[in-house]
Amino acid sequence: MTHVDGNALAGRLSDLFAFDLTTAIGRCVNCGTSGMIGAAMVYEAGLGTVARCPHCGAVLATIVESDDTIWLSLAGVTALEVAKRP
Amino acid sequence: MSGPAAVEPLESRRTAWYTGTVVEARPETGSARRLVLEVPDWPGNDAGQHLDVRLTAPDGYQAQRSYSIASAGPGSRVELAVDELPDGEVSPFLVEDVMIGDKLELHGPLGGYFVWMPQSVTHDPRPVQLIAGGSGVVPFLAMVRAHAEAGDPTPFRLLYAVRKPDDVFYRQELAQLAANGLQVDYVYSRTAPHDWPVPAGRITKEALAGFVIPASEKPRVYLCGSTGFVELIAGWLIELGHAAGDIRTERFGGK
Repeated sequence: MTHVDGNALAGRLSDLFAFDLTTAIGRCVNCGTSGMIGAAMVYEAGLGTVARCPHCGAVLATIVESDDTIWLSLAGVTALEVAKRP
Repeated sequence: MSGPAAVEPLESRRTAWYTGTVVEARPETGSARRLVLEVPDWPGNDAGQHLDVRLTAPDGYQAQRSYSIASAGPGSRVELAVDELPDGEVSPFLVEDVMIGDKLELHGPLGGYFVWMPQSVTHDPRPVQLIAGGSGVVPFLAMVRAHAEAGDPTPFRLLYAVRKPDDVFYRQELAQLAANGLQVDYVYSRTAPHDWPVPAGRITKEALAGFVIPASEKPRVYLCGSTGFVELIAGWLIELGHAAGDIRTERFGGK
């Protein structure tokens, strides 16, 4: 199955967050590696979208969208580092 | 906390939904079209950002796709260059059907990850290597334009892989930028120009090594193309000694 980059999630995530989550640095629960969410491996399927750690492949985040709701899990991210606005 | 520091310049331009009016439309290649949109409230965008285009059918069905922006900086004009995907839901409309005066729903500007900022912002003097496969060159147009506009001293080099000469986007503008000092290299996989020194063929790791700024100079690398192209090239770059953290990728799916 082919994948794109976390950068491709910028549009959907901008509906949920006041900052650009794709430039935030997330730490992977599984391997502890920190990296920008924009660098994650993103797999799109009919049911939803899964973002995986580019180092170990563990699931970082899951997005499932219906007509009325957006369901977001960040269960694979232990911490997020977000730059403050100047 | 350990790990890389959050040194990225802040995304100061707020993302929102806008209505853009098509003010220019012209063929870019046999399968692609260049569109210029007038977006009255557009907050400007950084070089390399993208936007989402949303189409709504009369029955309410909606389709949304992401497109890289070929323009950068302030102003209300937004330029796209869209390649038609045969099975696409949005690109055939943008390439075949949309007309000057038509309005489009746009969500943007999006994404601060695949973005180039001038040295005056990043204070990073390292050279920059851009590598495009096919229509993956579009965000790099924004970057080379912004680089030229800013008179930025960062050394830039662009490697542009295409199937055949007619597939080259922004041919004239790239030639002009090359005449003004931008180093541009072309690789042709199917058909090369008749006077080309190298026969057409798939790029190899050895050829790649000759077309990019060597790893010893620690270039920042931006790589954009189909998923297959990006996987192949990114793997070779790492084998050639480039640090994974110095390579930013934008895959647009497909083989």
